[in-house]
Formats: sequence, structure tokens, C-alpha cells
Amino acid sequence: MGNLFKIAIRNLMRYKRRTTLTASLVAIGVIFVLIFVGVTGSFKTMMTGQMTDSMLGHIQVHRRGYIASIDNLPLTMNMKPQAVKKLEKTFQGMPDIESYSLRIKFGGIFSSFTETTNIRLNGVYPEMEMKTLPLFASRITTGEKTIKKGEIVIPELLSRGMKVNVGDTIVVIANNKDGSVNGKQLRVSGIIESITGPGGRDGYVHIEDAMEILRMEEPEISEIAIRLKDFGKLHAVYDSLTAMLAGEQNNQGKPAFEVHTWEDLTPFYNIIRMIDIMTIFIKIMLIAIVLISVMNVMIMAVYERIREIGTIAAIGTMPGRILSMFVIEGFLLGILGAVAGNVMGIGIIYILKAVKITFAFGRQTGLVLSPTVALQDIAMISLIVIVVAVLGSLQPAFKASRMEPIKALRHV
Amino acid sequence: MELMKATNIVKDYMVGEVAIRALDRLNFTIDSASFISFVGPSGSGKTTLLNLIGCLDKPTEGTLTVAGTDVASLDRRQGAAFRGANIGFIFQDFNLLPVLTVYENIEYPLLMVQNVPAKEREERIMKLLDAVGMLEQEGKYPDQISGGQKQRVAVARALVTNPRLVLADEPTANLDHKTAYMVIELMKKMRDEFRTTFIFSTHDQKIVGEAEIIYTLEDGQITEREEKGGNNRG
Ligand SMILES: Nc1ncnc2c1ncn2[C@@H]1O[C@H](COP(=O)(O)OP(=O)(O)OP(=O)(O)O)[C@@H](O)[C@H]1O
Ligand SMILES: [Mg+2]
Repeated sequence: MGNLFKIAIRNLMRYKRRTTLTASLVAIGVIFVLIFVGVTGSFKTMMTGQMTDSMLGHIQVHRRGYIASIDNLPLTMNMKPQAVKKLEKTFQGMPDIESYSLRIKFGGIFSSFTETTNIRLNGVYPEMEMKTLPLFASRITTGEKTIKKGEIVIPELLSRGMKVNVGDTIVVIANNKDGSVNGKQLRVSGIIESITGPGGRDGYVHIEDAMEILRMEEPEISEIAIRLKDFGKLHAVYDSLTAMLAGEQNNQGKPAFEVHTWEDLTPFYNIIRMIDIMTIFIKIMLIAIVLISVMNVMIMAVYERIREIGTIAAIGTMPGRILSMFVIEGFLLGILGAVAGNVMGIGIIYILKAVKITFAFGRQTGLVLSPTVALQDIAMISLIVIVVAVLGSLQPAFKASRMEPIKALRHV
Repeated sequence: MELMKATNIVKDYMVGEVAIRALDRLNFTIDSASFISFVGPSGSGKTTLLNLIGCLDKPTEGTLTVAGTDVASLDRRQGAAFRGANIGFIFQDFNLLPVLTVYENIEYPLLMVQNVPAKEREERIMKLLDAVGMLEQEGKYPDQISGGQKQRVAVARALVTNPRLVLADEPTANLDHKTAYMVIELMKKMRDEFRTTFIFSTHDQKIVGEAEIIYTLEDGQITEREEKGGNNRG
């Protein structure tokens, strides 16, 4: 085996320029994939982080059917206090859950005394909300970074459109569950940056103010956002939570709750999926580059060495040995390209990271791109390259192993 | 001792629809440790015959047994194994592997064809390097030595596996006269030392004289068999 490698290495060195060119081509492919994966990966992580850490949380639980009619924010589809207690108990028993936040979502009329408009509001427990959404406070651009009783945090667009500022007093009027109307005067304590996606233009009030406006005796919760300790366990926790809640049934004997991951809740998840699909296509291109370049070079190598093949076949080298000789050559070309590509690719990613490129996402600007590639990605890409290089050399190698020695020896 | 026997062997080449008879009913036997030459003009069938004896090709008719094996019965892999175990080859163009040194070229059949342990490999190679006078050049690559030297390396490579038979198709055609003689003398010396049968083809009348048995081929037929001295028969 060692000797097959020795011969293969010497043959690769025999055509230094050609080997260098082919390995470079493979390396360039690897570099492109690494940079693409690194940059989009960083973008993906950041986008995901923005979605989950400033608005959605990782997982949300609602009464069954709520998401289907979330556009109306129906108060009739909130969860009863005892149901919420049961859920809270379940969450507290799950070590993977870092925190959760209870929200009453409702729609109302917002009046600045001179003008009125619609508003969608979340009544929240401030500490719960802040703990579950670590980036929430950073969204409040002006005013106090909290939500106190008697105060309201209004969305940026509303503030601009209605010319309402921090310190102003406004009125929120809303329909109650039974249809009657109630209103409350609130002081604007902060302005929250809008973010792209559903719910990104909602205002926030303290949950007790929400209860007062809606004339609730006890909190009837529309939505529970959950934050996990380890985002990587998203689907595992989702599965176990779904399983645990499947037993909870309503009066009609149907499951009482619905559980969604953030992926189900934002259209941006599709963009992330698109990035993944693009990554697949880029990988297919890499495969094509490696396959064609290695195959090409190996076909040439076999053709040039027909007489050598005839010689070694005549003196008794087994066809399988001849096959391995050429396959190992392709394998080594793959390794050479993969190593060179990884070294340069990681180098470039490191530089991109050091340069601190910024980009904007939706209305957020100045997000710093910090591309990284996981060890798994490097291993995966290297594996693809090496396997494809071997596959590319297989056909020429097979041809070499099947040559008739006398024909090969006569070849000029 | 009889090493090989040809009975009525015929070799036809198909060129399109037409069969060209390259060998026409040859009968002969060759004994172990003999030093034999096939001579004849171009196109007389020397290469064709040597290919058959070397198990690189199969006769169209007749039977050819080499070392007790019917050549026609071997498939591709068996043929390779048989050649690797019993036959050494010397080529007109030397056919050393350019990426291997002199030493490694001689080592090649021991490593890649047979599985000879390292210590024995080294012993055999050193002995042959000495015998062909190439000890000093063992680290050089083929493109760093002369044609005569290359052929000496090729002789060593052919002998290193201790074959029963060494076949050389026009081994001296690319060598100058003096070197050609030296190579033939070397082959003879090797025959004396290792008791290996040598069969070579040539159309060089002067070189032919070195053989102990000379077969003359013409149009695919043996027209003459000349034996000199006869001391090496049996
Ligand atoms: N592969 C082939 N296909 C068709 N005809 C062939 C083939 N090989 C040899 N022949 C024919 O068979 C005959 C014998 O050829 P061979 O090569 O054995 O002659 P040779 O004695 O070795 O000649 P030379 O001294 O030129 O090498 C010639 O007529 C040749 O044209
Ligand atoms: Mg010939």
C-alpha cells in the first residue's frame, strides 16, 4: 500500500504544473464554498438571533387555533388561568427551558387626542419578557428601557405618524371579550424600533394595564414565548413539549394547545431555507468542478502512461493494483486540493472577520458580519472533495486496469 | 528438462474481414536453462511468437504449454499471476518506470507483483545490481543513465523474481553494437548463474551468433534450427 502511494505521489510530481493547476481549481472550489457557508452562516445566525431574541422567542405555545386567526388577535381564544398554570408547571419541570414570557395580545384604538389609529398591543410582565427576549431592551431606542404600569411603549412608525413622543399622554381603547368597550390613559415611556416580520410593529404595555383595559379578573394569556438554554436543542424540546401537551384536551376531546417553533412563525425562515438550498447548489457546483477536473487530469494521465501500464501489466501486476495506483493518484489530488482550499478558505474567513464588515437587516443597521465555519462543515466539504476526486479517477483507472498488455506496449 | 512445448500453433490476426496468418503451424520444444534466439526478417512473426510464449496472447489453434501450463487456459488474472511467477520480460525500449530509481525499478516486481519480505528483497536486488554492474547507479532515475545501463537494469528486473523463463523481444535493437554485445553477454552470464531460460528475438545477424540454439522464422514458419555446441541441452 505504501508503495502505491509512493508511486502515485511521484507521478503527481512528475507533472508539477498540471497537478498544481488541478489542485488549485479544486482549492478554489473549496474556498468558495467555505466563504459562502461562512458568510451566509453568520447572516443566518444573526437573522435567527434577531427574530428569536427580540420578538418571537424560540418556541411559542397558544390555545389551539390561535395562530390561524392571529391577525384578529381574538380574545376569545386566550388560555384560561388554570390552563396557564398547568403549562407553567410543565415548563418549570423542563430543564432545557431557560425562561418564558406570558403575553396578552389585543388590538385597539390609539388616540393622541388629535388623531386616532389602530394599534396592536402586547401586555407583558416586563421581567419575563426581557429575560425571554435578551435583545428586547435594545429595541427601545428612546425612553426608558422597561415597561411600567400606566405606561406604554409605542412603535416607532406610530410615533412618527402620529407625532407622539416620550412623555406624551395617550388613550388606548379596546373591545373586551364580551363586546363592551373600555379605555385607559397611558404615558408614553419609550419608542420601540420596528422589526421586519409579524408582530414587529406592536406596542407594549404592562400586563396589569392590559387586564384593566380588557376588564379581566385574572390574566387570560394569548401567547407564551419560550426561550431555551440551548438553541441547538430546539427540535428536541419542541418534540418533547408537543408530546407532553398532546394529553391536554379541550371539551371536544381535541388537543387544547398548539406548539410552534420560531421557524413556523416568521416568513423569514423561508429566506434561511433559501440560503440552505443555495448552499446545496454551490456544493453541487463544487462536486462538478472536482469531478470534471480530476477526471480530466486522470484521463490524460492514463493516456500518457499507456506503455507504462502495458509494461507493469506484462510483468504481472494484477488489474486491481493498477486500478488502485490511479485511484490513489486521484485521491491524493483531492486531498491536496481540499487541504489547500481549507487553509486558504479559513484564512480568508479569518480576514473577513477581522475586517468587521457590517450589513443591514430589515430596519436594523450596523450588524457586524462575523463569518465562521464549523468543524463539521470543513470535514463535510473535505469529505465531498475527496470522495468525488476518487470517483472521478475511478473510470480512467478502471480503463487502465483493463488494458491488454500487448496493445498497450505497442502504443506509441 | 522440458520447459515448454508448442504443438501446431497458429496465430491469425483479423484485419477487418481478412485473417492474416502471423504464425503457421509451429512445433518446437525448449528446455530449461537454454539460451535461444528467434531470428527472421521484419514481419516474420517473432514478436507474435514471443507474445504467445509470454502468455500475453493466445494461439488461434494448437497448444502451447509453458512450465506445464496450457497458455490458452489462463484468464486475465491468472495470466498476470502466471507471468508474475514464471516469466521475466526485457523490452526493446527498456520500459523502466521513469518515476522509480534503478533500485526501485528492480524492486518493483518483488513488491507489486510478488510479496517478498524486505530483507530478502534487499539481498536479491543487491546481488543483481552487482551482477549487472549497476551498484553505483542504484539511486539514479532512468533518465539519468544510458541506454545500455537501462537495459542492464531491465535484465536485473526480469531476473529478480527468479523466473523460469526470460523473454526479450529485440533487446538490443536500440543499443549500439558494443553495448548490444555486452547485454547479450550479461544475459548469458545470468543464464549460467541462475539457470534461467532465455529466449530473445533479433534480426541482427552478429548478435544471433551468441545464441546456443537459433530458430529462423520466415513468414510465420520455422525454416531452420541451428544448434551450437549443444552443451546446455537437457
Ligand atoms: N496486432 C496485429 N494486427 C494485425 N496484424 C498483425 C498484428 N501484429 C502483427 N501482425 C502481423 O503479423 C505478422 C507478424 O508480425 P510480428 O510483429 O510478429 O513480426 P516481427 O517478426 O516481430 O517483425 P519485426 O521484426 O518488424 O518486429 C506481420 O505480418 C504483421 O503485419
Ligand atoms: Mg517484432
